[in-house]
Amino acid sequence: MNRPHLLVVMVEDHPGVLNRVVSLLRRRSINIDSITVGHSEQPGVSRITLVVPGTDDDIEQATKQLYKLLEVLKVTDVTDLPVVSHEMALIKVSAKAQHRQEILLIAQMFNARVIDASPNTLLLEMTGPEDQVDSLLAMLRSFGIRELVRTGSIAMTRGNQQISGKGLHNGVAPTVAVGAN
Amino acid sequence: MSTTKTASSSVLPGKAVTNGNSNGTVSPRTSPETLTGSQITCRALEAEGVDVVFGYPGGAVIPLYDALPSAGFHHVLTRFEQWAALAADGYARATGKVGVCIATSGPGATNLVTGLANSQLDSIPVVAITGQVGQAMIGLDAFQETDITGITLPITKHNYLVQSVEDIAPTIREAFYLARSGRPGPVLVDIPKNLFQASGKYVPAAVRERRGYQPTTTPNQRQVRMAAELLNNAKRPLIMAGHGILISGAEDSFAKLVDQTGVPVIFTLLGQGSLPESHPQALGLMGMHGHRHVNRALEECDVLVNIGARFDDRATGKVAEFAPKAKVVHVDIDPAEIGKNVHTDVPVVGDARQVINVMLQEVEPRSHDAWLAWIDSQRDTALEAALEDRPDWPEPYTIIKALGQATSHDAIFTTDVGQHQMWAAQHLGLERPNRWLTSGGLGTMGYGLPSAVGAKIGRPDLEVWTIVGDGGFQMSLNELATCVQEKLDVRIAVINNGYLGMVRQWQDLFHAKNYSEVEIYGPDFVKLAEAYGATGFRVTKDSEILPTIQKARETAGPVVIDFVIEPEANVWPIVPPGASNSDMMLHRFEDH
Ligand SMILES: Cc1ncc(C[n+]2csc(CCOP(=O)(O)OP(=O)(O)O)c2C)c(N)n1
Ligand SMILES: [Mg+2]
Repeated sequence: MNRPHLLVVMVEDHPGVLNRVVSLLRRRSINIDSITVGHSEQPGVSRITLVVPGTDDDIEQATKQLYKLLEVLKVTDVTDLPVVSHEMALIKVSAKAQHRQEILLIAQMFNARVIDASPNTLLLEMTGPEDQVDSLLAMLRSFGIRELVRTGSIAMTRGNQQISGKGLHNGVAPTVAVGAN
Repeated sequence: MSTTKTASSSVLPGKAVTNGNSNGTVSPRTSPETLTGSQITCRALEAEGVDVVFGYPGGAVIPLYDALPSAGFHHVLTRFEQWAALAADGYARATGKVGVCIATSGPGATNLVTGLANSQLDSIPVVAITGQVGQAMIGLDAFQETDITGITLPITKHNYLVQSVEDIAPTIREAFYLARSGRPGPVLVDIPKNLFQASGKYVPAAVRERRGYQPTTTPNQRQVRMAAELLNNAKRPLIMAGHGILISGAEDSFAKLVDQTGVPVIFTLLGQGSLPESHPQALGLMGMHGHRHVNRALEECDVLVNIGARFDDRATGKVAEFAPKAKVVHVDIDPAEIGKNVHTDVPVVGDARQVINVMLQEVEPRSHDAWLAWIDSQRDTALEAALEDRPDWPEPYTIIKALGQATSHDAIFTTDVGQHQMWAAQHLGLERPNRWLTSGGLGTMGYGLPSAVGAKIGRPDLEVWTIVGDGGFQMSLNELATCVQEKLDVRIAVINNGYLGMVRQWQDLFHAKNYSEVEIYGPDFVKLAEAYGATGFRVTKDSEILPTIQKARETAGPVVIDFVIEPEANVWPIVPPGASNSDMMLHRFEDH
């Protein structure tokens, strides 16, 4: 079954590492829906969150290929784990006086914040699961979305579990055997 | 004064066969010496036990070449950087050590690309050192600047752009470790020109511990036991012998396994030589140009044990119909190969030698006489007879057989790519490991002669032949000059059909004989050899084959034999591209 997979990739923070990861996925015909990169809790280790569509076999193969990169420390497919997966969106929506109240109500429903306003626009910020951002956008579309930017998902497992550069701790086995070549 | 720590203490486990300085030990020096980056590069190469490098100078590496005359290794000047990369590849295959090539920035570096891709696809340990423009110029599209680390990203095991003179030695150390450990491959080290010129302290480097690189060499016992159990209970088992057996130096263990289990063995193109072909259980080449009985055996086997091969499509044919009745065991050091192309029932990740050694304790003594006899009954005897009896031309089959016999199956044979390569694979009769050097994964035309240069330099004690087509030879024949300059007794058998024969064969069989751009004019190869200062012979009759081979063997220096063969001889059998191995086309009698 083809479905979006949520991967957390821990990498050594060296120049060019992101290029290696992205180039490898391109080379193996894996499309990237979204990718976010930033520091992790460990110095020298960056955390990449990827949303990539594919079958479970495709993703397992991509995971094994990622492990072949020297700088890749840990790849975890968290798609079927209990996770919090959020993205952030900034939305500049047309908001003439007669629509403003309605838009504010919708924003409230989604816990979106007003960041900026002008006589004809509102700038909303929303953080939440991807599908909720989609819903907010669907509700706003009829007013006219002037500008939109989404960060792509970042994810973290719930509870006591912990993904680190060394592995996923606390009872949950890594999805793929560690081992690089 | 501080004492430099010896490197051996923190060296990670490497492969069995490494360059001289295998355990990474370096003699302690009392204080770090101040040297130029060029000298440090040479020291670091010496520390790896490098005895020869293949290269070509140019602007960005002139400072490095300045240090070469006092380096403790020989430099072979090839006539093209691609041939330097492929000579390093041939050297590595023939010796089991890491091959080294050097090129300048820009065009020198890009000329390495095909050679590195060749080593990547065949898992050959090569380290390429390239010069780069000075650091201040990087990114400015300077003269002869190319982003060679970007370009080679997908065709190297790893690559580096060195950032400081202190980083040169540790980077080269790590490059060698990566190239030869785990699944071997090419590693490129790009060094900016100003770092060659800068001074720095030379500290013999230890291999850095890298958390993200921990090859699995020791197999999971339970997996091996499951594999052995399948073998123990199989009625029609087959072992598919791949290159990994040779890379891990497992030939001896493998022979024991084969004897103990009684299982018939088929070979991938690169697996040849892992078991003597004269062994009663050795059946020969599989796949696109595999023997009929071998591909038939694949159709019927109930257990297939692939040791050290990646299920390349040229070996499997249409995967959906590959070994349809078999439970599949796949032994590979690279976990990413498991299940990539062919569904695997029992995966075993580990070094082939270690896996086989564990397996030896689990397999029961068996024999499979009836199964072997059935396979034998599937031999294409009609083809064999037809091949024997064609007196009018020097027959490729006869030439290849004669080459194997005349050299007592002990010479190193490299090949180019095309029909001659497949005839050689089918009929040389490979008896010893690491004597068969051929471009399998990339199918790189031009490979024959440069790989023979590398092989002869690495193994001067062995007779070295290359079997080339008239097309491929015309790509790399400038290496004749290298052979003459280096006084190399390399013997070149040109299988001359006046065609890009393999392409012509496909046009013949699959494109209604539309011979588009395959007729290829060539020079008089005998005169050409003489012009280079080599020796040339021509063979136009069957009866001249053996005597000429003998004459060539007795001649010092490089020798070219121009074997003029029937222009339209085809390689049989052939599995049409995309078809199942069971749909192989046998020979056409009108051809004979
Ligand atoms: C660099 C490169 N270019 C093109 C090809 C495609 N190709 C494969 S075999 C072949 C013909 C080789 O002709 P020749 O060297 O004369 O050998 P023959 O097949 O005639 O024995 C060609 C063009 C290739 N493998 N490598
Ligand atoms: Mg030809």
